[in-house]
Amino acid sequence: MNRKTIGFILGMSLLVFSSLSFGQDLLIKNGTILTVTKGTIPKGDILILKGIIKQIGENIKAPKGVKIIDASGKYVIPGIIDSHTHIALAGTNESAEVITAEVKMSDVLDAEDRSIYTAITGGVTMVHTMHGSGNPIGGENVVIKTKWGKTWEEMIVHSAYRTLKFALGENVKRSNIPTVGAPRYPQSRMGVNAIIRREFLKAKNYMEQWDRYLNAKKSKKTAKNLIAPRKDLRMEQLADVLRGKMVARCHSYRADETLEFIKLSKEFGFKIISFEHASEAFKIAKELAKEKIGISIFLDNWAYKVEASEGIAYNAGYCTKNGVLVSINSDSGERIRRLFNDAAKAMKYGGLSEEEAIKLVTINPAIQLGVEKIAGSLEVGKHGDIAIFNEHPLSAYTLCEKTIIEGEVYFDRAQYLKEREEMEMKKKEEEKKKEKKGGTK
Amino acid sequence: MIKRTFVFAVILIISVSFCLTQEKSPGVIAIKGASIIPVVGEDITDGIILIKDGLIEAVGKNIAIPAGAKIVDAKGLFAYPGMIDGSCYLGLQEIGSIRATVDYKETGRFNPQAKTVEALRPDSMHIPISRSNGITTALVAPSDGLISGQSGLIRLVGWTPEEMVIKSSVAMHIQFPPLPRLRRRRETQPREQASKQITELKEILKQARYYQKRKDAAKKNLGLRLPEFDEKLEFLLPVVSGELPVMISVHAENDIKAAIKFVKEEKLKAILYGVTDGWKVAEDIKKSEIPVIFGSLNTVPSKWEDGYDAFYRNPGVLAKAGIKFAFSSDSASLAKDLPCHAAKAAAFGLDKKEALKGVTIYPAQIFGVDKMMGSLEKGKVANIVLADGDILELRTNIKHVFIDGKEVSVSSIYTELLEKFKKR
Repeated sequence: MNRKTIGFILGMSLLVFSSLSFGQDLLIKNGTILTVTKGTIPKGDILILKGIIKQIGENIKAPKGVKIIDASGKYVIPGIIDSHTHIALAGTNESAEVITAEVKMSDVLDAEDRSIYTAITGGVTMVHTMHGSGNPIGGENVVIKTKWGKTWEEMIVHSAYRTLKFALGENVKRSNIPTVGAPRYPQSRMGVNAIIRREFLKAKNYMEQWDRYLNAKKSKKTAKNLIAPRKDLRMEQLADVLRGKMVARCHSYRADETLEFIKLSKEFGFKIISFEHASEAFKIAKELAKEKIGISIFLDNWAYKVEASEGIAYNAGYCTKNGVLVSINSDSGERIRRLFNDAAKAMKYGGLSEEEAIKLVTINPAIQLGVEKIAGSLEVGKHGDIAIFNEHPLSAYTLCEKTIIEGEVYFDRAQYLKEREEMEMKKKEEEKKKEKKGGTK
Repeated sequence: MIKRTFVFAVILIISVSFCLTQEKSPGVIAIKGASIIPVVGEDITDGIILIKDGLIEAVGKNIAIPAGAKIVDAKGLFAYPGMIDGSCYLGLQEIGSIRATVDYKETGRFNPQAKTVEALRPDSMHIPISRSNGITTALVAPSDGLISGQSGLIRLVGWTPEEMVIKSSVAMHIQFPPLPRLRRRRETQPREQASKQITELKEILKQARYYQKRKDAAKKNLGLRLPEFDEKLEFLLPVVSGELPVMISVHAENDIKAAIKFVKEEKLKAILYGVTDGWKVAEDIKKSEIPVIFGSLNTVPSKWEDGYDAFYRNPGVLAKAGIKFAFSSDSASLAKDLPCHAAKAAAFGLDKKEALKGVTIYPAQIFGVDKMMGSLEKGKVANIVLADGDILELRTNIKHVFIDGKEVSVSSIYTELLEKFKKR
């Protein structure tokens, strides 16, 4: 057997294996279905087979053996997607150096982080978990599904964009932490911009070295005694950004620094998919819309530092109305469980419709992560990632009852309540026993 | 001559008082057509609220509107009493990371002399935002140390601190020293420290009582020496006399029990704050008859076995046990989210009407101002909010806010910045 056939067999068996292990079968019946992209079905069913949505409509019959969830009186929405968090990580910032593009968050995934569970109690099924904002160029982020109880390998969404974290402003200037020892370069927004430019210039030089080497290797004239350039993992990452194999996600608050970074991206020709936090995006909505750059922001968390002190709650609504792709993120292991509350606030601030508001935490982040073909709305062919709420998800009185990923139930409030009751009964019994023991003494 | 002066004086007094009332009262206002949720009493559909001299003159259905009254058409709107924030840092903090703008915490462990209302910034950008979310009154509280200082009750409108202050001293704030959770050998140190701090608290109260005794004795007997002036003890006198309540920040199960014991032993008037483990000791709290003010519910419990929704369901459990409670934002920049906390508790088991009371009449009762505010009733101050829906709902828009019978602006830095950049 030659290498090719072995590869083929291996590949095929992997394919078969993965298709076998992918997802479960489930029929959700009689819920109010908010598809997000294709309107609302007042009373409908969703059939999920092997983790994929096969059918959405009314009166769908369950194939033999398929588990049924009765969602009468409940609201069924696509699983919520958090476009910017730092959960499920064993580390957030590589702070020993200023430029750390070679760092990968997929190397430090922690499948047992309880924040994953917190996320599913709020209907979240997918998160973009990122490097911190301590460095002008941080590390490579990773998209995972919140499959609580599974291994991190099973959580990674491989089809998502490869994204690299950039950061501007106060955090990289280290404005808000006391200086220990010598101050770190950069200390100003001038330095921040300059250091990112420096790294891209280096990366271009690095790429040219390799191109020259590879070209020289091709020609008999120059191929002799050639020494390959040194492989540099940091530069490889930046080269991937320049080659368009990776996109930039840039932490920025102020409008001015945001515009400067857009200029930088044009200077070098790389793609920015979204700005993170972007408190002042409403000031430059025109530019963002024109450049087709999205924003991933808090709805109303603000004024915790100077660059966040003009981050008005109207940001999401106003930018949406002006053609910017907006997602609401949590950036927190707590806020992650109430993103649907934040989405509702965008109706009050900015006058978004219900549909536009839900998009902020479903299809919009899906587009920003490059997973809109598999998630972010309830459509045939997409993954069966679903959240079920007892009341309208945009009501202040709602709560998430079930969180489903690829047809498998990961959070079930009824089950949770049952387990808690049992635990409390047990505790009471133990206390009684203790009292009895104490009494006989 | 005397007669003339007298007449003149009378005229002067009348005209001055007339001017004052003129300035205070915008005349009679009639809010017409709203669905009225008075909080105390039955809801009224298509009702009328009359405001006179800053007070509620009448609430009901068939009320004659006096000629010349300014009419506010509130058809399709819902009238609520203005909400009361049970504890926040409004006017005491602008930007969290900038110490220059943070004025609610002092250094040192005992600061009974510190008063938040004396550090109040009326121009704070956060105040109009809270106001435009239907909050008209707030307790501004100090933090840090063991005895943090005194909180005050403010109305969310005014050019000067004086214009804002309703009650300059509402409670003395104590941060109850937390006992370590686990009894491991290594943790004997902090355990001792916590009980030592409780002893210290008791000691300073004891000193204050003695200080009072000596003052009283010296008052009766000129021959006795006055005690040497002591700032800390001086400001603790209303606490030990039972005049001024203590507001005790406390969270864990055992600490709540210890705090209740402390209050009982020291014979203090008290309010508990935070009380995140309250649901575990609801019976104890109920027995103590101490009211509770909840902090932000947006926290994940540190103990896994408490369940993810422990903070959310806590108010419902305590309400069911018959404990008087109120909500608070515990924030400055997010003080506007006060109704969100109440609604969240309602989502997890608290009765919706009770949730509303937790931001209106209950805090008024706890702070001893329920004769003045907390509901839409005749004779109360006209703090009224007109909204296009349920006031606790996230999607509801607040249309009009009245504080002391005067309509106040619902614009804020939010709307100002938005309008500025809309012109671009």
